[in-house]
This record gives sequence, structure tokens and C-alpha cells, in this order.
Amino acid sequence: MAQQASLKKSGEGDGLRLELSGRLVTATLMPLVAEFDRLPARGRATLDLTRLEALDTAGAWLIERTEARFAAAGAKLEIVGAKPALAKLMARVGKAGKPQALPPPERYSPLVFVAKVGAATISVFQQAGDLIAFFGAIVTTIVRVVLRPSRMRFTSLVSHIEQVGLNALPIVGLLTLLIGVVLAYQGVDQLRAYGGEIFTVNLVGISVLREMGILLTAIMVAGRSGSAFTAQIGTMQVNEEVDAMRTLALDPIEALVLPRIFALIIAVPLLTVFADFMGILGGGAMTCLLIDLSPAQFLRQLNNAVTVKTFFVGLIKAPVFAFLIGMVGCFEGLRVKGSAESVGRLTTQSVVEAIFLVIVFDALFSILFSYLGI
Amino acid sequence: MARSQIKERPNEAPTEPGTIISIRGLVNRFGKQVVHDGLDLDVRAGEVLGVVGGSGSGKSVLLRTIVGLNRPYAGRIVVLGEDTAAMSEREWQQLQQRWGVLFQSGALFSSLTVAENIQVPMKEHTRLPKKFADEVTALKIALVGLPPEAAGKYPSELSGGMKKRAGLARALALDPEILFLDEPTAGLDPIGASAFDTLIRDLQQSLGLTVFMVTHDLDSLHAICDRIAVLVDKKIKVGTMAEMLADPHPWIREYFHGPRARAAGIG
Repeated sequence: MAQQASLKKSGEGDGLRLELSGRLVTATLMPLVAEFDRLPARGRATLDLTRLEALDTAGAWLIERTEARFAAAGAKLEIVGAKPALAKLMARVGKAGKPQALPPPERYSPLVFVAKVGAATISVFQQAGDLIAFFGAIVTTIVRVVLRPSRMRFTSLVSHIEQVGLNALPIVGLLTLLIGVVLAYQGVDQLRAYGGEIFTVNLVGISVLREMGILLTAIMVAGRSGSAFTAQIGTMQVNEEVDAMRTLALDPIEALVLPRIFALIIAVPLLTVFADFMGILGGGAMTCLLIDLSPAQFLRQLNNAVTVKTFFVGLIKAPVFAFLIGMVGCFEGLRVKGSAESVGRLTTQSVVEAIFLVIVFDALFSILFSYLGI
Repeated sequence: MARSQIKERPNEAPTEPGTIISIRGLVNRFGKQVVHDGLDLDVRAGEVLGVVGGSGSGKSVLLRTIVGLNRPYAGRIVVLGEDTAAMSEREWQQLQQRWGVLFQSGALFSSLTVAENIQVPMKEHTRLPKKFADEVTALKIALVGLPPEAAGKYPSELSGGMKKRAGLARALALDPEILFLDEPTAGLDPIGASAFDTLIRDLQQSLGLTVFMVTHDLDSLHAICDRIAVLVDKKIKVGTMAEMLADPHPWIREYFHGPRARAAGIG
């Protein structure tokens, strides 16, 4: 705004006369704050507002606090000549009372760090306990549904299979194809030093079938579908839809969680087979190109390198990983409380936890297989 | 200013003097659904205008259109003497500082405390010294009737009524001239709602605000509105409560003479 506020001073001590003119509003009062603060609080001074055209609450507060400062020092600032509208505003600001100081922002202290570590540790164990309890609830619900298969929601199951399985085919396929290519490149490069380029086929075959196919599929599914489960169920929580289901005597685990987990248990192994195929396709094509192998030679070498057992060792992990991803996704979704903000936070958490659990279980499988000599 | 680009229609109603918001020929449509069709409205300086209408009649759309959250399909909106369509980005930002908006559920930033919420516009648009800004913030908290301890609380720790008061304090942070309220009393208990009505009236009178209030609350209309604007047939009818009571339009009759209106002591 064009017009500024200005403060004119005349006289000294008891005779100090101040005259405000212009518009004393938030946008213009900045330079005047310091000027008012510099006024010596002595004797009786007069503040003339006759020429003041506009005032807002911040401006009124500036006058009010100066008046209070004078009063505190045993002096007096007399305010004269305010237009009725401005006087009304000043009275209203005065009525609001002396504003209390804002609480200071939280200070950092070493103890806060200790407290945070403690709280985080407790929450990790609490959450692990809750997750195990949720696992129990899922298992009992599964038993109940298996005993009465009519309670299984097939429409929902099929729709989830489409979303988590069919719709994931392109991305899972592309990803494992590229990883196959990368493995072949690295394999040929390293094995050439020993003259054993042909064993790249073994490398690609075994690593894709045993680890890469299933692991990449699981990570993709956790990122794509585990997060979607948390977001869907979380949004329903925020809308109180889950509470509505409970009041209608619908079990959220039966209606929301089981179809999702079953869909993953069916879809992830199928996706893994597809991923295995695409990984070997990518790795094989690259190997053939790099070391001049014919497809027939490649297949013969692959046949020597892998057995059906290799394939099943990878595939057996798929339903376990699927269950973990589905369980974590739904668990975090049901933990959403209140605001939309917590949906975002828990969705992130669900993906991190699902991938963490998948890799931990993959390690456990490796140990188990090596014990069993597979 | 490029205001001359906007053609005034020859048959357009002239703007009354003392008008702070003037809308002419506003058309809003979403797909095939026409919400407003040639709507004219004048809001006078210093009045409390209550906007009512059936669900889906476009009350909130009208508010969102005036404050620029929704781009109108056609029509002209003049706020504080300036055509909103013909503005540069800078002029628009300056105009935005001259109004405050209270959203239905407060729309407080959930990661900030009440005091920080109020200081967002202050920090963004003014360069007040920190101490003075803190004092003004505490003053706004007192003005909207929140207890001082509310300053350090996060929105999730507040009740619905307190959230609205905090939202109102944020809307008033830069001492605007116009206050837009979207259903300010919805979701409050009758005591809280009438306290909020009183607060709005009190602030409007002492701060000299113009209030544009979308509401469903007949008590609010009765208690604090100077004029009432009714959205019917994609247009708007404005008048005092007495004029509305005498209006022959069937929807308006139903609204102001229904059982709820009688319960509020109107019909």
C-alpha cells in the first residue's frame, strides 16, 4: 500500500508530544516498531491519533504495548484524538488482555536423545508383538474360512489377483529381463579371465532361478501392492469405513485382509515363474550375443547347470514372501489413526518393513537350505 | 493495468457504490453440469453476507471462485476495485493478503503448532521483528478466544471448535479487509456454534471486516447476517431476512418457513 505511517515527535519529558499519521497497519508498521521502542518512558506524554487514517490489530497492539511500557515505568502515555472506529478497535485489542508469551520451542538436550532411543526401542518391540498378534488373528481367520469356504470373498479375491498379479506383469518382466542382461555382462567379463565364459550360463541360470527372480518379484510387489494395501485400508480407516464394517458385524480381517493375502499367495508364485523366464531370456540372449553361443548350445549348457530342484528352491519362497508382504501391508493399514498424514507415514513404513522381512526370510531360507544340503 | 481488456456487457447491472466484491455474469460448469449460470452478486463493505443454498447448489464453488481456487468458465469478479482476471501475479498476491479464508475444518497445517500456523502468513509476507510478531500472534490467539496454552499445541490435539478458532486466527493474521468463512458453525455443538457466531460478529464490528459466510445454520443467519444471498436456479437472490421471508420462490419459502426455520424462531 502506498501510504506509510509516520511518527512526529515534538517537546521533551512531560511535554513530549507524538503525532501518528498515515496508515498504521501490518504492512507499514515495521519501521515504527523500533521507533516506538526507543521512546523514553518518562513523565506524561501525549499520543495524538487525529491524523491516523487506518489501524489494524497489529498497529493497535503497537500502541497498546507502548502505553503499557509507559505505565510499567510509572509514566503515562495519553492517547487522544482517535476516530471512533479506531477507538473501538483499540478497545477490543485492550480487552483481549495482555497476550501471554508464546511457549518457547522445544530445546534439544542430550537427555532427549536418550529418551528417543528408549521410546524407539520400546516401540520396535511393541510393534513386533502387535505384528505377531496380527499373524495369529490371520491364522485363526484362515482356519475359520477354510472350514466354511462360502465365507471366502471370491469376487474380491479375483479383483485383487488382477491388480497385484496381472497388472504387475510388465514391470516385473522388464525388470528381471534387465537384471538378466546385467548378470550376463558381469559374468562374461569376470569369467573370461579364466577362459570359462560358458559358465556365465550357469551363473545366470542359478542366480535367477534361486534368488534374483523371486527376490526382485517380492521387492516389486512390496513396493507396488504392499503399499497399495496400506493406503487402501488406511484411507478406509480415516473414513471410519473399517469401524462401520465392525458395527455391521463384518470382520475386517475376513473381508479386507484375507482376500488380499490370498491374492498375493496365488499371484506372487506365478509372477516368479514369469520373472524366472524373463531373467533367463535376458541373460541368455545377452550371453549368446557376447560369446557367440547358439540358442541350442545355450539350452544344453543350461540343462547341465540347473535342475528342476533349482527352480523349486526359488519358487518355494514365493508364497512365504507373499504372505509377509500382504500381512505387513494390511497390518500397517489397520494401524492408521485419524489423519491423512498417518496414511502416508505408515505406507512408507509398510514398504520398508515388508522389504526388510523379505530379505531376512531370504537369509533364513539360505541357512536352512545349506543345512539341508539343497 | 489491463483492465480494459475485459468487456463489460451492455446489459450488465451497474455496481452499487460501497461495493467490495462485485460479480457479474459468473458461469461455472464442470463437464456438462452447469453450477452457476450468469450469476450477479454485490457484497457491500462492512456487511456480513450469509450465503445459503441446497446441497450441490454451488455455495462453496462460489467462495472458491472468488478467492481464486477455481477458475470460472465466464464472468467478471471485481474485488476491492480490482478485476481479478486482469491481474499480474504480484498484484494477485497483494490482493490475497487483503482477505482471509477459514476453511470448513480449519485446514490448519498439521505439522505446525497453532502459533506457527498463525505466523505462516506473517513470516511469508511481512518483516516484523520476531518479538513483535510473537506478541501479535499471542494477541490473535486471545482475540479469537483461545486459551494461551493452545499456542504450543498441534492441530491434532485440538477439539473441532478450537481448530476453527485457530483457523480464524490464521485467516486474521495479516488483518485482512474481507473474511471468507466456509460453514463456520458446521460440526459445532449449539453452544459452541452460537459462541462462534458472537465471536465473528464481535470481530467483524471491532476490526471493521466484511464477512462472506457460506452457511447452513439458520441460527447464524438470523443472529449475525446483515443480508442473505440465496443460490437458487443457478443464480443468486440477495436480501434481508425480512425480504427473504416474503419471497415467493418455492425453495426459499421451504427454506425459511420449514420446521427448522420455525425452531430457530424465524419462519
